[in-house]
Amino acid sequence: MATMKFLCDTKRCIECNGCVTACKNENDSALEWGIQRRRVVTINDGVKGEASISVACMHCSDAPCMAVCPANCFYKTEDGIVLHDKDTCIGCGYCLYACPFGAPQFPQGGAFGARGKMDKCTFCAGGPEENHSDAERQKYGSNRIAEGKLPMCAELCATKSLLAGDAEMVSAIFRERVAYRGSKNAIWG
Amino acid sequence: MQLTRKSNAAPTVEKKTLGISRRQFMKQAGITSGGIAAASLLGTGMMRRAEAKDVPHDAPTEIKRTVCSACAVGCGLYAEVQNGVWTGQEPAFDHPFNNGGHCAKGAALREHGHGEKRLKYPMKLVDGKWKKLSWEQALNEVGDQMLDIRKESGPDSLYFMGSAKFSNEGCYMYRKFAAMWGTNNVDHSARICHSTTVAGVANTWGYGAQTNSFNDIQNANAIFFIGANPAEAHPVAMQHILIAKEKNNAKLIVVDPRFSRTAAHADLHCDLRPGTDIPFIYGMLWHIFENGWEDKTFIQERVFEMESIRAEAKKFPPKEVANITGCREEDVYQAAKLMADNRPGTVVWCMGGTQHHVGNANTRAYCILQLALGNMGVKGGGTNIFRGHDNVQGATDLGLLFDTLPGYYGLKTGSWKHWSHVWDLDFDWVKSRFDQNSYLGRIPMNTPGIPCSRWHDGVLETPEKLAQKDRIRMAFFWGQSVNTETRQRDVRDALDKMDTVVVVDPFPTMAGVMHRRKNGVYLLPAATQFETEGSVSNSGRSQQWREKVIEPLFESKTDLEIMYRLSQKLGFADEYTKRIAKDEKDVLVIEDITREINRGMWTIGMSGQSPERLKLHTQNWGTFSNTTLEALGGPAKGDTYGLPWPCWGTPEQKHPGTQILYNTSRHVLEGGGNFRARFGVEYKGKNLLAEGSFSKGAEIQDGYPEFTADMLKQLGWWDDLTAEEKVEAEGRNWKTDVSGGIQRVAMKHGCIPYGNAKARCIVWTFPDEIPIHREPLYTPRRDLVSKYPTYDDMQVHRLPTLYKSIQEKDSAAKYPLGLTSGRLVEYEGGGEESRCNPWLAELQQEMFVEINPADAADRAIRDGDTVWLEGAEGGRIKIKAMVTPRVKVGVTWMPYHFAGHMHGESLAANYPEGTVPYVLGESCNTALTYGYDPVTQMQETKASLCQIVKA
Repeated sequence: MATMKFLCDTKRCIECNGCVTACKNENDSALEWGIQRRRVVTINDGVKGEASISVACMHCSDAPCMAVCPANCFYKTEDGIVLHDKDTCIGCGYCLYACPFGAPQFPQGGAFGARGKMDKCTFCAGGPEENHSDAERQKYGSNRIAEGKLPMCAELCATKSLLAGDAEMVSAIFRERVAYRGSKNAIWG
Repeated sequence: MQLTRKSNAAPTVEKKTLGISRRQFMKQAGITSGGIAAASLLGTGMMRRAEAKDVPHDAPTEIKRTVCSACAVGCGLYAEVQNGVWTGQEPAFDHPFNNGGHCAKGAALREHGHGEKRLKYPMKLVDGKWKKLSWEQALNEVGDQMLDIRKESGPDSLYFMGSAKFSNEGCYMYRKFAAMWGTNNVDHSARICHSTTVAGVANTWGYGAQTNSFNDIQNANAIFFIGANPAEAHPVAMQHILIAKEKNNAKLIVVDPRFSRTAAHADLHCDLRPGTDIPFIYGMLWHIFENGWEDKTFIQERVFEMESIRAEAKKFPPKEVANITGCREEDVYQAAKLMADNRPGTVVWCMGGTQHHVGNANTRAYCILQLALGNMGVKGGGTNIFRGHDNVQGATDLGLLFDTLPGYYGLKTGSWKHWSHVWDLDFDWVKSRFDQNSYLGRIPMNTPGIPCSRWHDGVLETPEKLAQKDRIRMAFFWGQSVNTETRQRDVRDALDKMDTVVVVDPFPTMAGVMHRRKNGVYLLPAATQFETEGSVSNSGRSQQWREKVIEPLFESKTDLEIMYRLSQKLGFADEYTKRIAKDEKDVLVIEDITREINRGMWTIGMSGQSPERLKLHTQNWGTFSNTTLEALGGPAKGDTYGLPWPCWGTPEQKHPGTQILYNTSRHVLEGGGNFRARFGVEYKGKNLLAEGSFSKGAEIQDGYPEFTADMLKQLGWWDDLTAEEKVEAEGRNWKTDVSGGIQRVAMKHGCIPYGNAKARCIVWTFPDEIPIHREPLYTPRRDLVSKYPTYDDMQVHRLPTLYKSIQEKDSAAKYPLGLTSGRLVEYEGGGEESRCNPWLAELQQEMFVEINPADAADRAIRDGDTVWLEGAEGGRIKIKAMVTPRVKVGVTWMPYHFAGHMHGESLAANYPEGTVPYVLGESCNTALTYGYDPVTQMQETKASLCQIVKA
C-alpha cells in the first residue's frame, strides 16, 4: 500500500517535453493524435521568471472529478491512483469543469463533433479490465504499476524534475534538494 | 518479415493542426479535435510491419542495449523486443550519462521501430513518377552512371555527402570509399556544425574536441554558455548542469540573443547582438586584465602569446563593448566577475558561436578566455563543446570531411602513405585513383574538396573558377538533410542541374523531393542505426557499442552493405575491404572495421578502443560511476566509461581513456595530459614548449616535443621497444608507428606521446592571427562596417569565396531586422526523421518566426498571424509569427528543422506515396544568406537580415 503522487520540481523542469512523448510512447495503443495526458505549462514565457511545470492528473486524495461524475465512473486503487471506467463514462465533460488541472481529455468520437469517452493519465496503472489484457491496452494503455514500475513520464524525465511514487519517497527526494539549494529556491520564486 | 495491410479507407480530410507551437498548444487544444486528425495518419493502402499492439503482452522479451540517435549526449536505454518487434522502451537508470533520463526525442525513440513514413524499397524518378526498382538494378544503374561521369569529367565530378548518423565503422568506410574512388569531395554536416570549433580549438591547444565530459560539469562552480541552449538542444546535459547549480551553487551565465529556455535557469543573461561574440569576450578580458583576475602562473607556464590578446583587449573598454554588442556595461562586468570569482568554471558553446563567417575566431576567443582564467585541464573547467548529432564526433574523428583523412592526418602525401600502409595497399595504386593534373595550381589528391556547405556552388560555378577538372555532375546524399544548408534556392538549382541525384537514407529527404526534375533521381532505403550494430562516439569522446535492436525494416539495407555492394559494382571491393573479413552471406564483419580503425588512429588515441573493450563497457555500463565515469569495480575496473580518446597505444596496453584533456594532475597512464606540441618547438625565436609544467610522473620535467623514433634514440629509450616494435617504429613517429611501440615507451616514462607544449593565443597560419571582430556580411550596424570590416574576397581551396563585395552593399535599409536561427527540443537536424515521428510532430506543427512585440507592432502583426519573411538575398518564406519578448527588439529567430514548403508552396506531391512527414514547413535556410568562414567554409546562419510583412 502506498499513496502515489506526482511532483514536478520547477527548478529542474526545462520544458523538454520528454514526459509528454514518454507517455505517448508507453500508452501508444490507447492514445490518438491530439490526446496528451501530460503537458508542460510555462509561465512568464520568454521573460525573466520563466518557469515550467509538467501537469497531468494529480490523482487527488479527494478528487473533484470523482465527486461530480454523474455516471460514477471513477474509482480509486488501494495505491491512491484515480482511475475511470471508459465503458461507464458518458463523455459529458463534467469532470473537466471540476478538475483544477485540466487533466481530462476528449477525443472527437463521431462525425457530429460529439465527445468521445474521457481519457486521462492513469499513473500508468491501466484500467478496470484485466491486467495487460488487450482490452486494457486498447482503452487505457500500459499497466506499469502491475509490473512493479512507476509511470513512464517520471522514469524518463531528462533532469529528474518530474518525480512519481509513494508520497513519502517523493517528498524525501525533494527535501534533500531543498536542503542544498535553500527554501527560497524550493519550487516557485 | 510479415507485412500486413492497413485500412484501405482513403483520408479525405486534411489534418487539422493544433496551433503554432507547443507554447500555444494549451490554448488551442481544447477546441481542436483529435479524431479527424488521427484519421489522416493512416495513409492509403500503406504496408507496415507488425506493431507493438499486434504482439501478445506475454511474448518472450529480449532486452537490447542501445543509444539514442538524437544528439551527442549519448543517452543509453533498454529496448524490449518481442517477436522481432520493438515493443517497449525502458529507462537505463544505471547508465552513467543519463541515469535513465531522456528528452522528447529520446523518450519517443521506440517510434523508430514503426517507421510508417520510411522509404520502403529502391525507387527512381521516371518522367515525374516514382518507380520501384530491385536493389540490384538500382546499384547497377547508379554504378554505371558513376563510371560514365568518371570517364568524361574525372573522379572529382562525383560528390559524396555523408552523415553524422553513421556508426564509426560507417563513417570510416564512407571516407575510405571516397578515397578508393579517388576524390576528396566528401563531407558531412560537421562542416556546418562544429567545423570552426575543430579548427579553432585544435589550433589553440592540440585537439578540437570537448575537453571534459557532461558528467564533469557537476564539478563546476561557474558555467558560461555562449551560443548554446542545452535545455532544448542537449536536454540531458541539463541534468548535470542543474546538479552543479544545486550542489555547488554554480553560477550560470547565458550569452545569447534570445532569452532561451537555458537562460530561464541562469543567474545572468546577456542578450548580445548576433555576430558580436568576439567583442563580448574581449570586453570580459578587459575587466579580467584590468583587475588582475588572470591566472598568471598558468599563463606563464602553459600559454603562448597572451600579450597579443592583452593588447587587443585594451581596444574594447566597456563603452565600446556595449555599443557593439548591445549588452549593458554592468552585465559584461558581472559575467567576467562571476567567472573570476567562481573557479573552476566551464565554457559551453554550440552553433550560436560556430556558425559565423568568423566562426573559427569565435571559438579561439572562448578558448583564450579559459586560458586567461586558468580553467583548462581541471575538473569542472574546460571547454565543453556540445556536439549536435549522435555520432558527429565520430564522423569528424574518422575524417568524413573534405580536408582530412581519418584521425586529422590531413591530405599531405605523408598522410596518404600512412593510410595506404594501414589499408595494406600500395600508395601508388591509391594515388592512381585520383585526377593527376593540377588546377589553379592545386593537386586534387592533396587539396581539400568541396565543402558540405557549398556543394551546390560546385555544381553551379563555372568550371574555370573551380580548382578541379569539371563541376559536380552527380552526388550522393547519404544521411544528410540539404534543407540545413543556406541559400536553398541555389541548392534547388544545383539539384536540378546535376546529371544524377542519389539519396541513400531511411527517408526521401529534401534532396529527393525539392528539385524540379522529372528523371535521374534515385532513392535507396538505408537502415537506421537501430537496425544494425556498431560503435558511436558521444560529444565527450566516449564510445559505446550499439546492439542491433531489430532487423532492417521493409527492404532497407545497412549503410555498410550498400557501400560494399557499390564497391563491388565499381570494381574496387578487393582493395576497399582487403583487411576486412566477410561472413557466409558476404557481409562485412564489422569488428574487423573497428580493428582497422584502431590500426590507423594513433593521432587521437582511437587505437586502444577495440570492439571487445567497447562491448565490455556497454554491457557493463552500470558499473561506471555517474559522477566520475570511472569503474570502481567489475570487469572494466579502472577504466573511464567508453574509453574517451585519447585511449593510447594498442588495446592490449589497456589505457583507461582520458576523460579530461590536458590534465597535468594525472599520470598519462591514468588519463593525464598536457597541451599538445603540434606547432613546432619555437616561433620567431620564442619557445613554444611548456615551461616547468608537466603531467604527473613525467620523466621529462619540462616541455618536450612530440615523440619520434630518433627522439627515443636520443633519450636512450630505444631499447625499451621490442624487436618487432623496432621494425615498425624505425623512421616513424608516434602518429605513424602502427605497432604502438613509440607511444608505449613514451608513456612508460610518464610522457605524453604528442609532446608537452603551450597553448597558443595566436595562430599564424590563419587569416587572423588573433580573434578580430569583423561585422557580419549582412549587418544592421552599417556605422560599424568601416571600423570592423570583413575580409577581402578570396579563393578558399577549390571555390572562390565572397566577403567584402557582399558587405559593401547596404542591405540594412531594405532588411532592417536581424535574423538568427536555432533548435527546438522536439526535432533534430533537418527534421526529416523527427517530423515523421507522430509523437514529436504533434508537439510542433508549424514553422514560425519569433519577433519582438515592438517590431510586430510596427508591422501590424499579431501573434499567430501568417507572415512573409524575406531574407536579404530575396528568399521568401511563408510562416507563422510568434510575437514574444524572448527575442529583443531588432532581432528575429527561426528554428531550422522544417522543410517541405518552398516560397509558400507545399512540396508534398513530390514525395513517394506514404512518405510525406506528418509536419512540413518552410526551411529557414530559404531566407538565410551567403557567408562562409575562411578556414573551414562554415556557413553563416546566425547573423543575417530580413524583413517581415503580414501575409
